[in-house]
Amino acid sequence: MMLIECPWCGPRDQSEFRCGGEAHIVRPTDSEGMSDAEWADYVFMRKNPKGIHHERWFHAHGCRRWFNMTRDTVSDRILAVYKVGETSPVGDGAAAEAGAEASK
Amino acid sequence: MSGQPFRLDGGGRIDRSRTVRFTFDGAACEGHPGDTLSSALLAGGRHLIARSFKYHRPRGILAGGVEDPNALVQVVTRADLSEPNKRAGQVEIYNGLKVRSQNRWPSLDFDIGAWTDRLSALFPAGFYYKTFKWPAAAWMTYERIIRRSAGQGRAPTGPDPDRYEHRHAHCDVLVAGGGPAGIAAALAAGRAGARVILAGEQGELGGSLLDEPADGRRIEGQPAADWLAAALAELAALDNVRVLARTTVSAYYDHNFLVLLERVTDHLAPADRTAALPRQRLWKLRARRVVLATGAVERPLVFPDNDRPGILLAGSMRRYLNRYAVAPGRRVALFTSNDTAYRTALDLIAAGVTVGAVVDTRPAPDGPLARQVRDAGVAVMGGSTVVRTSGRRRIDGIEVMRLAADGRSVEPGLSTQIGCDALAVSGGWNPLIGLHAQARGRPVYDPDTGAFLPGEPVAAERSAGGCRGTLSLGGALAEGFVAGADAARDAGCAGAVPPKPPIVAEEAEAPPRVLWRLPGRHGRPGRAFVDYQSDVTDKDLKLALREGYRSVEHVKRYTTAGMGVDQGKIGNVNVLGVVADALGVPVPEIGVTTFRQPYTPVTFGAIAGRGPGRFLDPVRTTPMHAWHAANGAEFENVGQWKRAWFYRRDGESMARAVNREVAAARAGAGILDASTLGKIDVRGPDAATFLDRVYTNMFSTLKVGRARYGFMLGEDGMVMDDGVTARLADDHFHMTTTTGGAASVLTWLESWLQTEWPELKVYLTSVTEQWAVMSLCGPMSRQILAPLTEGIDFDGDAFPFMSFRDGTVAGVPARVFRISFTGELSYEVNVPAAYGLAVWQALMAAGRPHGLTPYGTEAMHVLRAEKGFIIVGQETDGTVTPIDLGMDWIVSKKKDFIGRRSLFRSDTVRTDRKQLVGLLTDEPGHVLEEGAQLIDEATVPRPPVAMRGHVTSSYHSPNLGRSIALALVEDGRARMGGRIYAALADRTVPATIVSPVFYDPEGKRQDG
Repeated sequence: MMLIECPWCGPRDQSEFRCGGEAHIVRPTDSEGMSDAEWADYVFMRKNPKGIHHERWFHAHGCRRWFNMTRDTVSDRILAVYKVGETSPVGDGAAAEAGAEASK
Repeated sequence: MSGQPFRLDGGGRIDRSRTVRFTFDGAACEGHPGDTLSSALLAGGRHLIARSFKYHRPRGILAGGVEDPNALVQVVTRADLSEPNKRAGQVEIYNGLKVRSQNRWPSLDFDIGAWTDRLSALFPAGFYYKTFKWPAAAWMTYERIIRRSAGQGRAPTGPDPDRYEHRHAHCDVLVAGGGPAGIAAALAAGRAGARVILAGEQGELGGSLLDEPADGRRIEGQPAADWLAAALAELAALDNVRVLARTTVSAYYDHNFLVLLERVTDHLAPADRTAALPRQRLWKLRARRVVLATGAVERPLVFPDNDRPGILLAGSMRRYLNRYAVAPGRRVALFTSNDTAYRTALDLIAAGVTVGAVVDTRPAPDGPLARQVRDAGVAVMGGSTVVRTSGRRRIDGIEVMRLAADGRSVEPGLSTQIGCDALAVSGGWNPLIGLHAQARGRPVYDPDTGAFLPGEPVAAERSAGGCRGTLSLGGALAEGFVAGADAARDAGCAGAVPPKPPIVAEEAEAPPRVLWRLPGRHGRPGRAFVDYQSDVTDKDLKLALREGYRSVEHVKRYTTAGMGVDQGKIGNVNVLGVVADALGVPVPEIGVTTFRQPYTPVTFGAIAGRGPGRFLDPVRTTPMHAWHAANGAEFENVGQWKRAWFYRRDGESMARAVNREVAAARAGAGILDASTLGKIDVRGPDAATFLDRVYTNMFSTLKVGRARYGFMLGEDGMVMDDGVTARLADDHFHMTTTTGGAASVLTWLESWLQTEWPELKVYLTSVTEQWAVMSLCGPMSRQILAPLTEGIDFDGDAFPFMSFRDGTVAGVPARVFRISFTGELSYEVNVPAAYGLAVWQALMAAGRPHGLTPYGTEAMHVLRAEKGFIIVGQETDGTVTPIDLGMDWIVSKKKDFIGRRSLFRSDTVRTDRKQLVGLLTDEPGHVLEEGAQLIDEATVPRPPVAMRGHVTSSYHSPNLGRSIALALVEDGRARMGGRIYAALADRTVPATIVSPVFYDPEGKRQDG
């Protein structure tokens, strides 16, 4: 069970949280002009990377705030926790290095 | 001492001043405080204590602790209350303990199932898969018979009367293992000021230190026992150290979350178990750093007939001898590939037990220990192997031959017969790396010792001592001190002091020899067990390889090697060795099987903790619950809510009760407790904008004082929730959701506000439990409500449909909605929850002259189905759009909303999608089964049969005097008046497709 650093509450057990899947998916504002395939890509298609993943988490049994997390899906190492609207302090490339560094 | 013929006169850590009496299979046995079941049985001379899993072979105690694959017993508390598969080495005896052997019938000594052993050639690996495959249906019969003969103990049949607790804790350093390395680590970390938890599996901490004889290895010049006593005293004096005995670290999860099982009262006689203490305690622990000091278990040698009772691992034999003062036999032989057995031989000699010989696979054993044994006059047979053992219920002799240089066959020549009543074997040591592997550490193979060692840690843990492959006492202590100090430093404890490991006087051990399958006599390989518990021989493993299995994970599953209660703690490395050997590849090439939690079995009671029964899940009741219960209500579970299902009057049947309630609601007046509906207070300057985005229809145009029914869709365009939302003020709405959807809708709305539209100023508050809601319906509802109400004008147009008014009802501030889920004139009275019961009672009293009838959820379902009103989750299943439901009118074309674009996907605009229709069966009395599949044919054709849809709701409608059903049918709206058939198991039921609105299609009744 992961120990997650909620940006509002501090470190708490994973059991207090819910994962909301991939982060940084922006809802299209001009859906009218989108093809079925483009729209389906937004609605249905998600990354499932082996490695660095930016994802949304919800502190369901706590402050009830959504936030973002960058996690290595292989090691479950949490590389960054950041607020909604912010970008991950670890980009995909940098994160890979950070992960390799942390595992040393 | 007649009850304990093999108890030595001196030594050991047992209390000879007291005798403990217990029974094994009904026979009186005895031991002393300090004994485990294993040591007490051995003291009584009992080696045969179990029958094996598959072949029912006689089996004895092989090892000293939880790793023992044979010594599984059933501990009996009452006829209906017993615990199977207890490891005999972990059961501490107490007066009155009752133990039964397992997997034997009628008795341990005479077991009918043993016929399988005589026929073992017919039962190779995979036998059951192959033999009982056909006919498939017969497996159900075979299985019951097979399960009875192949099993390991019986599950208890009575409820568990014991109490179990969960405890959450944090620490700087968790030390897993109470042996020398663990104690050293706890001392070092504790001295550094770290908050330490030291968990030891046994009743007494000390591990291998307890196995040292008084004149054995010395630490800093003291006997091991004295050093141990001083160390434990120091730990006890440290406030920052908690020592947990009888506690197993059973699971290691991500981010140093560990689960420990503490057996609090298992070792006490039932009379001594105080009610204040739980039977077991499950610790849920978050540790900054973990020191693994779990030690190592000894590996048996794989040689012919290596499973007879009386064959013990050499280190375990030494433990019984020194710690429990039990002689394993009168004349003992030893068989080894390393120096371990020589320590045992020396201690046996010192205890006065005759040692027949030491058989060693190494060509020239000549380490300091071997020399001492030879000097004592014992024959050391180097370069030799045991090719056969004899003895039916206990070993009575071995046959030894010279090994060929490569260890794969024996040299020609005569064999030597050696008589013995016990045999100590040692094939080396397997470090217990299970926790390291659970924490994602990879095992690394060491070819010199044939052992897997912990690799680079992934989690914040480090290994010390035996579990790291360090077998010397001095080495284990030294590693423990360093690991404890380093862990404390890494955990941020500034007080860390460089440790000074104690000096240990001990003989160096000569290198071992690694051989996997030892040969039998020429042309007679014999049967050699690799996994005792699952009765897997090397032959079974080789058969699996011949049949094409290559991955060790597949070999394991095909042969069941390592899948017993012991999870292969003793056997797995030999499995890998034998398989690699047979394939002719190095061991690391075939990989290791996965180590999974838990390390040893955890009782269900401990996992459940205080959770079972009424604590399992919260029960939510409405403010009027007591009234319902007192008035004959039977309740239905809706999520965690208890809702009145129907009210039984004078013993009537459910059907009669529901018919009565439904008829009353249309003829006179009915009242429903609707308090469980989800209610969300939506407030803020952008509230209307927000609702426009989440509902399919327009809410910004809703006037204050009015209410509107709305649909929420997922972004996939499918109906997710529905409800009525009222506008309380320009910036303030009262939203209702389905009962089951209340929590998920709130979370869903929050996610959009927080992550997609943070610029919207809207605040959401759950007010579900703040309001008690009673829905009054029927032509008489106005007459009942109006006299009780002040401040609301009920006259005609003053209080139109889909509006609300604030006033008082029965003197209580109330908000009354004119909305209807039955099609009748209806008022939904909302009052603060605390007044719910009082207002309900006032309404009931006022309604009595008018025949006001309380109705439950079943009647509510019938009433709404008569009107064709859908229920989300019943008419919809996540694949249904508003258009499928025929509710195009609710979908705004003037704005964007969640899910809108999906309504124009090529799949959602198909005209032949499943659409909501009504069904009328030809037989008016036949109520279709909900979920019944609908087909086009009057008789079911050969499969595959095209499914045209399914029944979603089906009831007897007392108002129509016949059955009605709602269904989703392909292209249903174009098939009005057409025929369709519900396929039952033995026939079809014909029905006509009709409009889903069965009753009052003009909607005249809602205005009274």
